[in-house]
Amino acid sequence: MRAGTVYTETVIYSAPEAFAAEAPYQTAIVSLEEGGRVTVRIEGDRVTIGDKVTETESHDGVPFFRK
Amino acid sequence: MRPVAIIGIGKTPFGAFPNRDLRSLAVEAGEKALHNANVRPDQIESFYLGNFAGPSFAGQNHLAPYVSTALGIEGVPSTRIEAACASSGSAFFHGWAEVAAGINDIVMVVGVEKMTSQSTARVSEILAEAGDCAGEMKAGNTFASLFAMIARRHMYDYGTKKEHLAAVAVKNHANGALNPDAHMRKPITLEQAMKGKPIADPLNIYDCSLISDGAAAVILAPLERAHEFTQKPIRVLGISQASDYVALDQKEDITTFPAVRRAAQKAYQMAGVAAQDIEFAEIHDCFTIAEIIAIEDLGFVKKGEGGPFSFEGNTARTGKLPVNTSGGLKSKGHPVGATGVAQLCDLALQIRCEAGERQIPRHSLGLAQNLGGSGATCVVSILGAA
Repeated sequence: MRAGTVYTETVIYSAPEAFAAEAPYQTAIVSLEEGGRVTVRIEGDRVTIGDKVTETESHDGVPFFRK
Repeated sequence: MRPVAIIGIGKTPFGAFPNRDLRSLAVEAGEKALHNANVRPDQIESFYLGNFAGPSFAGQNHLAPYVSTALGIEGVPSTRIEAACASSGSAFFHGWAEVAAGINDIVMVVGVEKMTSQSTARVSEILAEAGDCAGEMKAGNTFASLFAMIARRHMYDYGTKKEHLAAVAVKNHANGALNPDAHMRKPITLEQAMKGKPIADPLNIYDCSLISDGAAAVILAPLERAHEFTQKPIRVLGISQASDYVALDQKEDITTFPAVRRAAQKAYQMAGVAAQDIEFAEIHDCFTIAEIIAIEDLGFVKKGEGGPFSFEGNTARTGKLPVNTSGGLKSKGHPVGATGVAQLCDLALQIRCEAGERQIPRHSLGLAQNLGGSGATCVVSILGAA
């Protein structure tokens, strides 16, 4: 599984229709150890810029990461 | 390349108009511009329509001839341009190029969007199609959350504060309150702006522009013919369009918009002016952080100083660089496809000294910056009295 550092993040309260039931939820852009960045959903505890995170799973092509 | 002038402008009010459809808004703006320029529909030689998502918002495609024929403009090239929230800025760039190149003389550019017939959640989904749908948007992002992530990183890198963002909202609401065509004519306090309903941290409802209906139009002509039509032509001194990645995670540094810097550099060069010469500006404040970053990328302030510069009142009507005297997207409203041309109309009103209560004393050289998506398209235009 991939690992990296949180480059930026936000907690979304006003979600698009398809995600409304899940709000609030956190998304982040992660700088990967292997290089490049990826936009992810954060599971578990809230993260802030600089936190180390690792990939836990992928749902429908969306990567999920956690502290 | 021939010098080009704006010979007429027209706008609808911006707001939520349940009884108006896309075409009637576009036609109202177009007819006002024809009247303003003393031009007949049969004199228009080419027509451009800036529109982001008419097919999704209004269920209608093939929009350019759908609108132009309703204006009585028949048989001429009629072209729709889509570039997210920069659709009509881009349409203006292409209309300008056609006149500058000598292909046609009298060209009309209209921008329009009809958004309020859909729920806010559905509007968010339609707007999200201007992002990277297979990546960032699939993860549950909205444009507000993308700009929230930009704001977070700008705060982290430069010490920008929530108060700085709120000050942009307070200033734009104060300006919009004086604009009879603005969607939300309501001044707000810094305290209110700090405590709005959360949308995507650190942005709250007061950091976000409005979902609006509206249209705006301009008519272009070669400068040498402008006085056939108007006593108050506005000269297009410099203009450029630039592009960048659609997905935020492909950008090296999300606290700056390279497309803004590239477009600005070329527009300044064409106009033969520097950032410091610009007297006032209409800036694409889709979110408060976007105005702060734009004034940095346009070279009005150093990188990272946009927040304090705004907070200290420098961008107010009475400040050294008035920004968004119209109220901006925040208060005037943001019918996305209309915004680029509406910015140019608002510059023209100041240059012609027709801005009423919001008229500023130094108004001879203005800049408009129209941004698409999270920075994948930018059009910068510099206008002055002819």
